[in-house]
Amino acid sequence: MRYLFRTDYRQDISVARHGGDLFWYGLLLFVMFVIPLVMGEFYVGELGGVFIFAIAGVALMLLVGYTGLISLGHAAFLGIGAYVNSVLLSRGVPFAITLPAAGLFTAICGAAIGLPTLRMSGLYLAIATLAFGSIVGTVFQKWESVTGGFDGFAVPTPSILGINLDGATGIYYASFVVLLFVIWVAVNILRSPMGRAMVAIRDSEVSAQSMGIHLARYKAMAFAISAGMTGLAGALFAHYVRFLAPDAFDVLLSVQFVTIVFVGGLGSIQGAIFGALFVRLLPQFIAIVRDDLPFGIGRLPGLEPSLFGLVLVLVILFQPDGINGLWQKAKHWFTAYPFKRQQSSRRQKSYAKSERLR
Amino acid sequence: MEDAARLLQLVVNGAAAGCIYGLIALGFVLIYKATEMVNFAQGDIMMLGGFVAYTMITHFGLNYWLGALLAIAVTAAFGFVLDALILRRVIGQPQFAVVMLTLGLGFIFRAGAGIGWGYDSVGFNTPFTNKTVAIGHLVLGEDNLSIIVGTVLLCAVLYVFFSKTRLGVAMQASSQNQLAAYYMGIPVRTVFSLIWAISAGVAAVAGILLSPVSMIDVNMGFLGIKAFAAAVIGGFGSIPGALVGGVIVGVVEQLAGYYLPAGFQEVTSNVVLLAMLILRPQGLFAELTGKRV
Repeated sequence: MRYLFRTDYRQDISVARHGGDLFWYGLLLFVMFVIPLVMGEFYVGELGGVFIFAIAGVALMLLVGYTGLISLGHAAFLGIGAYVNSVLLSRGVPFAITLPAAGLFTAICGAAIGLPTLRMSGLYLAIATLAFGSIVGTVFQKWESVTGGFDGFAVPTPSILGINLDGATGIYYASFVVLLFVIWVAVNILRSPMGRAMVAIRDSEVSAQSMGIHLARYKAMAFAISAGMTGLAGALFAHYVRFLAPDAFDVLLSVQFVTIVFVGGLGSIQGAIFGALFVRLLPQFIAIVRDDLPFGIGRLPGLEPSLFGLVLVLVILFQPDGINGLWQKAKHWFTAYPFKRQQSSRRQKSYAKSERLR
Repeated sequence: MEDAARLLQLVVNGAAAGCIYGLIALGFVLIYKATEMVNFAQGDIMMLGGFVAYTMITHFGLNYWLGALLAIAVTAAFGFVLDALILRRVIGQPQFAVVMLTLGLGFIFRAGAGIGWGYDSVGFNTPFTNKTVAIGHLVLGEDNLSIIVGTVLLCAVLYVFFSKTRLGVAMQASSQNQLAAYYMGIPVRTVFSLIWAISAGVAAVAGILLSPVSMIDVNMGFLGIKAFAAAVIGGFGSIPGALVGGVIVGVVEQLAGYYLPAGFQEVTSNVVLLAMLILRPQGLFAELTGKRV
């Protein structure tokens, strides 16, 4: 069993807890870089999709897992990023500019929707983002001169430094680099005063406010950053699907994003990655076992959304820490062997927190 | 005269649609006032209520009134069980966990209804289908009038229930102060489950009243999103506010559909909702004044 003996503040806020972390994450980084060289086109493409969802997952993790706000409109931000990027690209703007522009514009949209609604409780943000998502979806359909409406929109091939990012490998590396950037930003936000303010807001708004944290400002900043990161994911998503249709960005996609966060495990960046893996691989898994399921379950039309709903319900009821929690428990079992006890991972009893004045 | 009659007709149609939104919003508000949870599956419970009524009336061949009453009772029992078995377990978890839980339940209900009743739209005969009442220039569908009358009657019943009966007063007490209600010997948990039952029953009423106007299908639960606009306009804690908000949303939506180009009608309720959150987030009938430390 490893005991961390911290002797100074730098050690306390450092990203890697110990040398082992550095080694394993370095190895993971290396493996991810060589995967396109050894694996088939299909797997590389799927992993690229996982990376894009992981970017959105990390973005939403900052919001849900660390600030305690929920958004049911992140599909709209993904869509805004996708359309801004593609429309600019088709007007001849280089990819090196359209990608940050997509992120920036989406962040501004996020701030615009967040500032008015964040004065109220977190519930209002959920409802407002739900409404915003459906408005944006309709705009994508009706604003045909820009988005092409239901006819769709063919996304031009991006190129950076003269290299064409076409095919699965190009998207893979582009999303991998953006994912690393997003994780780097998220991790650094979390160990800065802003990250601590966000966690304080999540744990208790009243006590955060009495510590001098400007609630509306930090919430709006968290929301804008989250939206901006999702915009980056959207720009890559446009290249991943190659053909934008407005009905791709509906409520179901937003629910999938939130599923990433819940299934992965609230309050952990690793959780967002686990969750993205789960959400992207579940449909593939269904496609494989579809014909072998009894009673024709596999051919039911609403199978996928209902499975997402079921998984969400089961996770919230029985495993609120998600996959990351399971992983931590497994690790604890090994490091503490043979001292793991039933009580070690018992959940603390929690009580309802009221938002009312009584 | 022609214009005035048309305007009036639009308003009546809007008010009828608005009553449905108001009834769904009423379900949100009842549950929110009692447990501070928001039930995102309320629209889907309405859908289930509609389907149960369809089974009672079409398959079992019951009389419309009897079938409707039975369907309301069955849906209410479903609401009770839902709270007692599932939602009671998440008390104490963060608010957004409850949001996601009810959203997930909504997806499951939709799939369950799809398996049980199929994905086609269905309808059943009601005493109000395809009948009209003419008042001067004004021609009104009895189906729309039945929605408005039904909503008013239901509200009267709920008002009497909450103010005159022991159980209703106990419910008010438990919503206002849980702890004090416990001290007074009110079985708060059972009362909360009963509130879920009432809210599911109200949703079933909405589904049954809606059935002559629009068919029952698996995706009718998406009306719940419009009902959020109604609840927010009303201030999310106020029962009359939810109904007033519903009528406002319904009428604005009808007028937008008539006077604005196509495509605007679908987003009207959402635009109204966002505008309300920006201009007057506490709603028309604000109740929340501050936070407990």
